[in-house]
Amino acid sequence: MIKATLASVLFVLAGLAAPVAQADIKSYEFAEPEMAQRFLELTTVLRCPKCQNQNLADSDSIIAKDLRAQVQKLINAGQTDSQIADFMVQRYGDFILYDPPLKKSTLVLWLAPFGMLIIGLWALWFFGRRTHSEGAMLTPSELQQLEQLLADNQTPAKD
Amino acid sequence: MSTNIKRLLMVSPMLMAFALGLFLYQGIGQDPNNSESSLIGQPLPAFKGQTLLSPSRAVTQMDMLGKPALINVWATWCPTCRAEHEFLVDIAKQDNVRIFGVNYHDQLTAAQEWLQELGNPYVFSVFDPKGVLGIDLGVVGAPETYLINAQGVVIDKLTGELNERTWPPLRNKYLSLLEEVN
Repeated sequence: MIKATLASVLFVLAGLAAPVAQADIKSYEFAEPEMAQRFLELTTVLRCPKCQNQNLADSDSIIAKDLRAQVQKLINAGQTDSQIADFMVQRYGDFILYDPPLKKSTLVLWLAPFGMLIIGLWALWFFGRRTHSEGAMLTPSELQQLEQLLADNQTPAKD
Repeated sequence: MSTNIKRLLMVSPMLMAFALGLFLYQGIGQDPNNSESSLIGQPLPAFKGQTLLSPSRAVTQMDMLGKPALINVWATWCPTCRAEHEFLVDIAKQDNVRIFGVNYHDQLTAAQEWLQELGNPYVFSVFDPKGVLGIDLGVVGAPETYLINAQGVVIDKLTGELNERTWPPLRNKYLSLLEEVN
């Protein structure tokens, strides 16, 4: 049942995605097939400046179409991937890269996750340590008492 | 463990949540489209284009130099451009603000009719039907307005409508640029 549902969901998703991707690449012509592959990769890692959370390949906005055509033009003109990325950053800033370079203005972006990780690890260690030490602090008589309580609890109480 | 540290530990999640709340709160109302243009501080890109009203006339970025000016990116399909157009006409006429247009992804006749009908605030408009100059300027969408100094260096950029509310800060910069020239 679950398998069938999952399969149908995947089927629908595949059906939605496939025609778009195909239509997209077919309308752009390249001198060599390897260039078409680079076009696909570049338009995936470059972000549409208008639409925030879509890349150039996915967006239908005017500017995304223009920039796709520009990427195609630059690839056909023999520019390398990093030259094309530079071209875009010069005009649209680091924003256009989904993978922005590490520099002063992006420092927080890059380091915050590690900071969070360190805080998380510290919290784990800190609270983990506390429970252990408190558990070990029971005296033998206290332990006995505890076992007694647990044993009492296991026999169901009858009124 | 001292009670102070315990207390601190107890409130620290609350403090963190509060800090996160503050961070998110200051993001509300911020326009994500208003990210700083990377052209600011840079000279205008070199271009060669035709003007809207006399298509045989070739213009370049050199034709925009000499005095501080605004460069307004507009199109007839853009409702916000229509909304701001009257304001542009006003500041061009009354305050003598020098404005150049970039007619972005538009049709020649539609754009010419628009200027005849609504008035022409522009010294000239560069006809950019394919958005070529747009890409070099880093245009994301119309309307956008750039402030340049007399040497053609981009000083500021406004994404969205130019109106009574958004003009004053730009106006101050424009006036101080004017003073530098005189």
